[in-house]
Amino acid sequence: MTVIKADNLSKQYILGSRQPNSVRELLTGLFSRSDDAKRILWALRDVSFSVDEGETLGLIGHNGAGKSTLLKILSRITKPTRGSASIRGRVGSLLEVGTGFHSELSGRENIFLNGAILGMKRAEIERKFDEIVAFSEIEKFLDTPVKHYSSGMYMRLAFSVAAHLDPEVLIVDEVLAVGDVGFQKKCLRKMRSVGESGRTVIFVSHDMSSIVRLCNRAIALNHGAIVSDGPSVDVVREYVAAGWGIRSERDFSDDAAPPQSEFVRLRKMRVVDENGETNGSFDIRRPIGIEMTYEVLSSGQILIPNLQVFNQERVHVFTIQDVSSEWNRRPREMGTFVSTAWIPGNLMAEGSFILNAAIVTYVPRLEVHFHAVDVVSFDIFDPMTGDTARGDLGGKMDGVVRPVVNWETEIR
Amino acid sequence: MAETTEITTIRPGGAIASLDLKEIWKYRELIYFLTLRDIQIRYKQTLIGVLWVVLQPVITTAIFTVIFSKFARFDTADIPYPLFALSGLIIWLFVHTSISLAGASFVNNVNLVTKVYFPRLIVPAAASFSTLFDLLFGVVILIGMMFYFRVSPTAQIFIAPLFILLALILSIAFGTLFSALNVRFRDVKFALPFLLQVWMIASPIFYPSNLLSEKWKLIFAINPLTGILEGFRSSLFGTPFDWPVIGISCASLAVLLLISLFVFKTMEDSFADLI
Repeated sequence: MTVIKADNLSKQYILGSRQPNSVRELLTGLFSRSDDAKRILWALRDVSFSVDEGETLGLIGHNGAGKSTLLKILSRITKPTRGSASIRGRVGSLLEVGTGFHSELSGRENIFLNGAILGMKRAEIERKFDEIVAFSEIEKFLDTPVKHYSSGMYMRLAFSVAAHLDPEVLIVDEVLAVGDVGFQKKCLRKMRSVGESGRTVIFVSHDMSSIVRLCNRAIALNHGAIVSDGPSVDVVREYVAAGWGIRSERDFSDDAAPPQSEFVRLRKMRVVDENGETNGSFDIRRPIGIEMTYEVLSSGQILIPNLQVFNQERVHVFTIQDVSSEWNRRPREMGTFVSTAWIPGNLMAEGSFILNAAIVTYVPRLEVHFHAVDVVSFDIFDPMTGDTARGDLGGKMDGVVRPVVNWETEIR
Repeated sequence: MAETTEITTIRPGGAIASLDLKEIWKYRELIYFLTLRDIQIRYKQTLIGVLWVVLQPVITTAIFTVIFSKFARFDTADIPYPLFALSGLIIWLFVHTSISLAGASFVNNVNLVTKVYFPRLIVPAAASFSTLFDLLFGVVILIGMMFYFRVSPTAQIFIAPLFILLALILSIAFGTLFSALNVRFRDVKFALPFLLQVWMIASPIFYPSNLLSEKWKLIFAINPLTGILEGFRSSLFGTPFDWPVIGISCASLAVLLLISLFVFKTMEDSFADLI
């Protein structure tokens, strides 16, 4: 049975100064000729799909691909500009945990308030109250204002209320990325059980591995349109392979203001594979090349390329700089240089990574020639072949790095 | 699946949205919990919260009494001036607080708008309902004062709640209007206190409307608060009701409510995109 049916859902946003934000702007807008053409952004374009009862659908796409807009339309927070959708059954949508929580109120008061905001009836909250409290593990602090809670406790309580919503259709935005590891696992188990109990789940995540684990079907969005729809494993593979949302190359040649100093100017950055081809997604076992092309504008400086790698949670995973090339301590001559840093395979964990790039001088004194932020990005996936650090583990594997190390085991 | 399978249909916003009272009724418990939240938060600071609600009308009444009954000498017929002023003030403070709170209700609760769905009307309405609780304290003081001045009520006092209800409707009408406008135009934050101030002076709160000629009185009655205050006082103190004034005020209130709801419903769909 079809539970969700979306027909040509489209959402248009008008950007720029045409939307007056105060009466003054409205008035000046009336009297001045508006030179700014309306900047129209279609956040969603003719999105059609249907979801059957019991399906767990994952939505993937980079920031701005339209995932959030689609969730907001399905949750009735905003209306589509065109198209329509119909949903059969009670909809519970969790775009945020703890919506409406108030820090002055106690845990108990917030459970009722938040439950009502999520659409639960009072009697229903009362019935599930003990279960919610037990799930959140905050029994002792039930009558303490939540402003005294740790962020972990707060999140646990908020998620517990949401987890007991029991809707027929559950719409979840990346709220699982909260709490400590133990609680995250508990939430994932709870979500899986919702899916297994025949209810329909729509789940959005940046984390490809949780999409594959939780969802049997996935839809990939790019620039507001569906680019792929099918079994989650296939869609994720295609998404990663096509590099939607990944910027693995950045050319500054035509930039009005490229990252530069009087000594050096950044021309181009690429993420490359072993064959020197630009690539946005890497098998966890393969090395990743970060290639910087830069122009030395005056000779005599010692220049050290420096890269900072961040993961999708914005954890600064590591910083690398040239300590091994022949130019490592040598003054440069004028000309164009290409430096490539090779990150070995079987080092980093799965996920998306983004890089900052800099060129610095340490001797005779510290000088940062430029520091460009979020220049290129890439994804790392685990092919699940059994020969990676994962071994035969199918579930989520924690940790920022994931090296394959040698083990020695002997009987004594 | 549930006994009754509800079907949600999502469509582009129409030109004129319906009021959808059925939907609001479905979420009636949310009105209760949001009202409760507003009250709880306001009184969490315990003594100060209650004290503020009590002191505000009492002190203002005292000031008005000194100024207007000693110097200006308004003719309030047989009603002692402090009682006259207090009865007007508790209604005014209710309307004033409730519109101010409702006006800021969306801007102060952005996540309620951008992260979750429910009929939006509930947010400003809950702000008005929660202020009703403050009014309760005012009524208690008023009853105490009536005893003190030995003003014995007549059977008309049973009509008083009706005028409180009208004051609530007035608060909801203006509250929803300004809450919606505030999402679109942040000027409201600055304009609203000023408008409320002007409105206070233009309403018979600290002066009796019999200061005016009959003709002007009827024009003044276009201000819904005029009829509400007149009617509230008449029912409290057993004086004859001025039906033409009350009638005009009620008609004007009805028009205001319709305009407010219309503006609110047309703007409602774009709240999440604008806020």
